[in-house]
Amino acid sequence: MAGTAFQKIYTKLTQITKATCTVQATGVGNEELATVGGRLAQVVKIIDNKVTLQIFEGTEGIGTDAEVIFYGKPPTLKVSEQLAGRFFNAYGDPIDGGPEIEGEEVEIGGPSVNPVRRRDPSELIATGIAGIDLNNTLVTGQKIPFFADPDQPYNQVMATVALRTKADKIILGGMGLSNDDYLYYKNSFENAGVIDKIIAFINTTDDPPVERLLVPDMALSAAEYFAIQKNEAVLVLLTDMTLYCDALSIVSNRMDQIPSKDSMPGSLYSDLAKIYEKAVQFPTGGSITIIAVTTISGGDITHAIPDNTGYITEGQLYLRRDTDIGKVIIDPARSLSRLKTKVIGKRTRADHPQVMSASVRLNADAMNARTKLENGFDLTDYDQRALQFSRDYAEQILAIDVNVDTEEMLDKTWALFQKYFTPEEVGIKDEFMKLYWKKE
Amino acid sequence: MTKGTVKGIISNLVYVEVDGPVFQNEICYIDFHDIKLMAEVIKVAGNIAYTQVFESTRGLKPGNTVEFTDKMLQVKLGPGMLSKNYDGLQDDLNKMEGLYLKRGEYTDPLDEDSIWKFTPIAKEGDTVMAGDWLGSVPENWIDHKIMVPFLMEEKYRIKSIVPAGDYKITDTIAVVVDDEGNEYPLTMIQYWPVKLPIRAYQSKPRPFKTLETGIRTIDTLNPIAEGGTGFTPGPFGTGKTVLQHSISQNAEADLIVVAACGERANEVVELFTEFPELDDPRTGRKLIERTIIICNTSNMPVAAREASVYTAMSICEYYRSMGLKVLLLADSTSRWAQALREMSNRMEELPGPDAYPMDLPAIISNFYARAGYVYLNNGQIGSITFIGAVSPAGGNLKEPVTESTKKAARCFYSLSQERADSKRYPAIDPIDSYSKYLEYEEIQDYLNQNISAGWVDKVYKAKDILLRGKEAKDQINILGDDGVPLDYHSRFWKSELIDRVILVQDSFDPVDKSSSMKRQAYMLNLLLKICNTEFDFESYEELQPFYSRVINVLVQMNYQSFESDKFKEYEAQLESILTERRV
Repeated sequence: MAGTAFQKIYTKLTQITKATCTVQATGVGNEELATVGGRLAQVVKIIDNKVTLQIFEGTEGIGTDAEVIFYGKPPTLKVSEQLAGRFFNAYGDPIDGGPEIEGEEVEIGGPSVNPVRRRDPSELIATGIAGIDLNNTLVTGQKIPFFADPDQPYNQVMATVALRTKADKIILGGMGLSNDDYLYYKNSFENAGVIDKIIAFINTTDDPPVERLLVPDMALSAAEYFAIQKNEAVLVLLTDMTLYCDALSIVSNRMDQIPSKDSMPGSLYSDLAKIYEKAVQFPTGGSITIIAVTTISGGDITHAIPDNTGYITEGQLYLRRDTDIGKVIIDPARSLSRLKTKVIGKRTRADHPQVMSASVRLNADAMNARTKLENGFDLTDYDQRALQFSRDYAEQILAIDVNVDTEEMLDKTWALFQKYFTPEEVGIKDEFMKLYWKKE
Repeated sequence: MTKGTVKGIISNLVYVEVDGPVFQNEICYIDFHDIKLMAEVIKVAGNIAYTQVFESTRGLKPGNTVEFTDKMLQVKLGPGMLSKNYDGLQDDLNKMEGLYLKRGEYTDPLDEDSIWKFTPIAKEGDTVMAGDWLGSVPENWIDHKIMVPFLMEEKYRIKSIVPAGDYKITDTIAVVVDDEGNEYPLTMIQYWPVKLPIRAYQSKPRPFKTLETGIRTIDTLNPIAEGGTGFTPGPFGTGKTVLQHSISQNAEADLIVVAACGERANEVVELFTEFPELDDPRTGRKLIERTIIICNTSNMPVAAREASVYTAMSICEYYRSMGLKVLLLADSTSRWAQALREMSNRMEELPGPDAYPMDLPAIISNFYARAGYVYLNNGQIGSITFIGAVSPAGGNLKEPVTESTKKAARCFYSLSQERADSKRYPAIDPIDSYSKYLEYEEIQDYLNQNISAGWVDKVYKAKDILLRGKEAKDQINILGDDGVPLDYHSRFWKSELIDRVILVQDSFDPVDKSSSMKRQAYMLNLLLKICNTEFDFESYEELQPFYSRVINVLVQMNYQSFESDKFKEYEAQLESILTERRV
């Protein structure tokens, strides 16, 4: 994004904090880009001729006489087909050694879609993972995060999901990604031979934290290009949104804003909504689907970040290591996809909703039985059967490494129902029992 | 008109140096390239006006010129608002061009070229005042009254009024004269500043009748009054929005205004796409015909979000003045409070609890006070019933928005995570929730007369059964199934009966989603009769299979049309199950 600067140069910094600086300047617009001592910065506050800028790389070594050059425009990204298959940093500059992108220059973080121009999301996204397809079906135009503890393999799961979907483009926005995870993504995409449909904007832990603030907007501007101009189904992966929020709180703190809950800025909800609400189904067929990762601490979803996220996104997915089978599953009890009702039983087999809720309910019975067991109460015959069912269900269907289509998931679930329960215990509508409950 | 110059910009807060008088909440327009950005004065210090801009301020510079309008933020009122989709500033979203919302694009909320069939109500020589009905035009199935503008404060004599016929909303339909002989030509259009309540009515009595919502846990256990207020706090995933949607579909109101305030766009899209398809259970027409949607989704500018609830309320007050029964649903008022917080924060005001502004409780209670039942000046009645959703951070009800709302709203419908987790929807907690109206003598009399004698006692009886059942369940969990007397199990199962049959309601089932009051009364009587019956059990293990069967049959009844053959069939089955163990 190294622009050709022609504006006046200012060299009178009146204030420097760890993330921001203030300079005396005139004719500067809000949210305009600049460089301060060669580092990229953005205007966040103007009072008279005092202009405050957040410096993405941090202010270490910035002097009061540093050169400030204003670009006269907000952050932009050049968009064209050339983006496909490329890796960029948070500023949209290539980091893969390839050439600069040529294309139309668009402002990032642009306006929102008129709600009456959206279409109701109704296209199913198949992932082959039963925890998603069967229990928490995803739909194009949806936004959904994984709420995961840092020790859980969320990046692996997300890469798996991305590679199994039939998205036309996969855009990865990496914020505070460890170098190892960055390479993991890169290798998985290369090994899967899909590098042509990948676009990545990467801020690793080696990079300054405030730079991360640009990543979601960069990723989503690229997504909008492909979804609107090319009518493509675009999947955007954002990891890790908690680190993005941390960067927000750093900047607001340096600007002396009064923090609200958990030291987060009072505008956290709006800040997150601006990103997530870019998920959209367009009437012309293009769509933007966002799958994000929000790392949480010790499963605490009342913290401001997961809490605000939960109110914005259309559900949330939890990972859980099932100790019975020693594998990671998507927790059927706590996970939720709000948009699943738009497709299940309509785009999938008609028995899908009933099978789903029956299996979740029976699985919940197994959980209760487990609690009973732990508290030293005796188990009934039903409890025993529920526990066995739950184990098979996790191993044969839910485990992340199982990859089958929805129809097969349903058939397998029916087989397990029949193995462990009576028809009354399963409690599914008669019309489906007649079709799928095999006669002895 | 006062003019000004931009001096400073912090996000959507803009400092404007002014050259003349400005007033609090005055609207101004900031010139920005070839467009104008709308802003509202929220504080004045010396010759600096602090304004909140209803748009993104990207690119704005000190030195941009500003024009003040001498008006507050106002809505444009007249026939043609029904079925419209507005943003928080009452711009007609369907009239906006392009995929994206453009900055500085403001569209007409009404259709000025539309033609309406006007029938006069008042006649020449009549003395009229603000809010009095001059005539009416049919708007969908509503008899839309054309009124003397609320802003006209005097008494007037009608000098002339047009005969019945087709007119545009911009045509003069009457001329009125004040005492000093000044003439005022009136059209079908009028304006109202949204932050002020419309007070063109005679009196506001205490609510004395209930509003049916079709939702059993509300109507039976904690009824809301017509003209009453209520709120539904709950953590995410507990079904606030589904509850609001199902109230909007089934409540017995003439008109529903839905304010989607800072919520998910896809949920609003669902309203846009479903309401034109869904039938209104009472009129048989499409739901959209009695609905106005004010849509300010979470990604739209935050200041407009604050305005959206006021826009919605003003539109409700306008229709109430026509003698209509209006229901306002706002989802979610927490987002509105957060918008207030963001602005207060930028103005560097000293924060109150959780960084919300100190006057948050006052702002919330003033807003809730605008709802209510009124006697209009002509003796007719109108009402606004208001139900707001609250999204407490972390599901903790001890946060400022919930606490402030609790002081203002009379019904408290607490959505519980536990109920939601066990898929008991609507997840309104029967123990924590309350309706103050149930204590009103007027309401008690109304219920006892209109539903059945002794109804209120029965409601309290049901509440007692639920509470005792919960206590019994806690004991069973602590002491184990065989550690408590048999009676505890019986108490638990009786409460479970009421819970699963009355409280739990399938909002996606065509029959079960809405229950008439007659049906609700029938079911409550039936259940109380079962609860008052002695059954014979040897051990606690016999209760679960028995009550499971009873509950199952009763739930099947819920899925059948009331008093249909199937319904009666299940009722007969129920009787035979009960007979097995009746003492």
